[in-house]
Amino acid sequence: MQETAVKKRSAKGGISLESRRARTAWLFLAPSLIVIALVAGYPLFRTIQLSLTQTNLLQFPLKSNFVGLLNFKFLVQDAQWWRSVQNTVVFTVVSVAAETLLGLGIAMLVNAKFPGRGAMRTAMLIPWAIPTVVSAQMWRWMYNDVYGVINDMLMKLHLTDKAYAWLANPRLMLPAVISVDVWKTTPFMALLLLAGLQSIPTELYEAARVDGATPWQNFVRVTLPLLRPALLVALIFRTLDALRVFDAIYVMTGTTPNTMSMAVYARQQLVDFGLLGYGSAMSVGIFVIIGLFVVAYVVSLGVEVD
Amino acid sequence: MKRIWLALLVLVGGLFGGAALAQGVTLHISCGAVGNELTLCKDESQAWAQQTGNTVVVVSTPNSSTDRLALYQQQLGAQSDSIDVYQIDVVWPGILGSYFIDLGKYFNQSDLSGYIPALVTNDQYEGKQVAIPWFNDAGLLYYRTDLLKKYGFDGPPTTWDQLTQMAQKIQAGERAAGNDKFWGYVWQGNAYEGLTCDALEWVYSYGGGTIVDPQGNITIDNAKAAAAINMAAGWVGTISPPGVTSYQEEDARGVWQAGNAAFMRNWPYAYNPGQSADSPIKDKFGVAALPKASTPDGQNAATLGGWQLAVSRFSKHQAEAADLVKYLTSPQVETERAVKGSFLPSRLAVYDDPQVIQQNNFIHQLKPVFASAVARPATATKQKYNQVSSAFWTAVHNVLTGQAQANQALAGLKTQLTRIKGTGW
Repeated sequence: MQETAVKKRSAKGGISLESRRARTAWLFLAPSLIVIALVAGYPLFRTIQLSLTQTNLLQFPLKSNFVGLLNFKFLVQDAQWWRSVQNTVVFTVVSVAAETLLGLGIAMLVNAKFPGRGAMRTAMLIPWAIPTVVSAQMWRWMYNDVYGVINDMLMKLHLTDKAYAWLANPRLMLPAVISVDVWKTTPFMALLLLAGLQSIPTELYEAARVDGATPWQNFVRVTLPLLRPALLVALIFRTLDALRVFDAIYVMTGTTPNTMSMAVYARQQLVDFGLLGYGSAMSVGIFVIIGLFVVAYVVSLGVEVD
Repeated sequence: MKRIWLALLVLVGGLFGGAALAQGVTLHISCGAVGNELTLCKDESQAWAQQTGNTVVVVSTPNSSTDRLALYQQQLGAQSDSIDVYQIDVVWPGILGSYFIDLGKYFNQSDLSGYIPALVTNDQYEGKQVAIPWFNDAGLLYYRTDLLKKYGFDGPPTTWDQLTQMAQKIQAGERAAGNDKFWGYVWQGNAYEGLTCDALEWVYSYGGGTIVDPQGNITIDNAKAAAAINMAAGWVGTISPPGVTSYQEEDARGVWQAGNAAFMRNWPYAYNPGQSADSPIKDKFGVAALPKASTPDGQNAATLGGWQLAVSRFSKHQAEAADLVKYLTSPQVETERAVKGSFLPSRLAVYDDPQVIQQNNFIHQLKPVFASAVARPATATKQKYNQVSSAFWTAVHNVLTGQAQANQALAGLKTQLTRIKGTGW
């Protein structure tokens, strides 16, 4: 009753309280909206604009011809592009799945109380703290077929009797690169999930124990449902990150079609070949594909948008 | 009266001329800064400045050649006169050629004949001599002198067949002696620019051309080129480690310098680390020209790298700039650079200079290599060189990794290059 009275009164006075509040809200939001428009909106607009042109960066003076959707027509017909999309999707699905499973295991382990837990949590982050370019180069050497430590270890443990050329054999290249990403990013996943685990109240486990739940029931009925929000955030975060993969692949296997990701291919067109138009069309393609993944997550997992 | 005017004119002219001479002009030169490159460049430019009464300012540029190219593109695109003399990479005359003056005006044929011919041709853009070669790089064969002697060979192989046989014998022997990590031959097989350099050497040594000829015709789809690439594919897993198709320069050097290879293809830079005090192969190796094909039209081939000097068309002092280029690429300056900085001269005569032989005999040994130098088809393919090179190395890499047959891969490459070429390079 009171509310309607207030509304009526202010309606008479001109601006309602609600619209005044809305205006204040917009005012407060404006700085961040402007920043987003400048750092994300404008580049996106320029990329889409460039993707409709034929522009060669290496040519002087810079000429830009409007060609409509021609670049996209080429893109759809470009077998190498679809190969790189396939590589990226395989990379993303396999690496994110492995990182999630391993990350969950590690998070539960370091969530338990044991002596040296703090040191363990810190040590666990080391792979993630090393810059990717550095660790990728390190792995490149470790994978070497003649002096690499991985072959040496496998042979000393009698798991294989010959050295494998991990980064040269077309069938082993992508698995080798994915393993490095898993090694590097699992700690990050574990960290995100650990935070989720710590937010689960211990009373729930106590109650479960009183009810006589087995550890497995504990995990499936208590941990997983309560971990779901953190798990979804971590999954989306990692998936979008993995779809943009560039550095590990670029350093370890360069522009080989067998492992080239979408980002590596786009960079080659943009930087090495100076093809701003075609490279931009590719960037728009990447944008669309990442967008599809986001939509798929939101729809299938019922993530709350607001 | 007339005489007085004339005298006055002479006087005034003399004054102005004298003033111009005394003041001189100020030139800006961009130099690389790898190792002692910058110091040498400063000293040499200073020497020229003192001789001619001009002033030279040395502008240092990024070490990464990609970044350096981007900087040059900005400067030249903005028609800036802030740099007069540019130090440019061997694959850039095609990209930047339209922004440089024709140095043919200042260098006559006999001047140019002193430089390595393949480089002089490489530095011509649309009939103009847009750059002058300064110092080089080239693909070399490194070989283990001790192992060659041990297995009864007199010297390095001169044909690929000999190399293969020698590598097989040494590899088998060393493995039997207990080193199961030993390989015959290491090189650069990763899918990157380095593979274009290696593969160009194989193809050219078989008489299979240079991918795209200087006139811009696509020549790669031929039987000799296919034979050359098949030969290399046959090495993978036999005399070369299976991982060689992921090797870049440093990977190959890693195997070689640990003493685990009989032969290596690499650039001259690998010589000094190999001779360092803690190197297991110190004083146990030599360098030679890469072998040629055993076929009648087989020839030696060494892919060229290196740096050139060019004068900007926006320079306000083009004559002086050309004179500076002439001075920096003169025999005495190149000798000094070879002795003090181990820079490989762009003049063949300097390789035989007594000072060079005495101080840096390694450079003297490389002379025959540069006689067989071959340039990548960068000048002919202009701005599209990177696309051509990438298509080439991808095709070759597919053959090396057993994903395609050489003749099919080259036929596909031809189609692809035709598409990249479009209506012209």
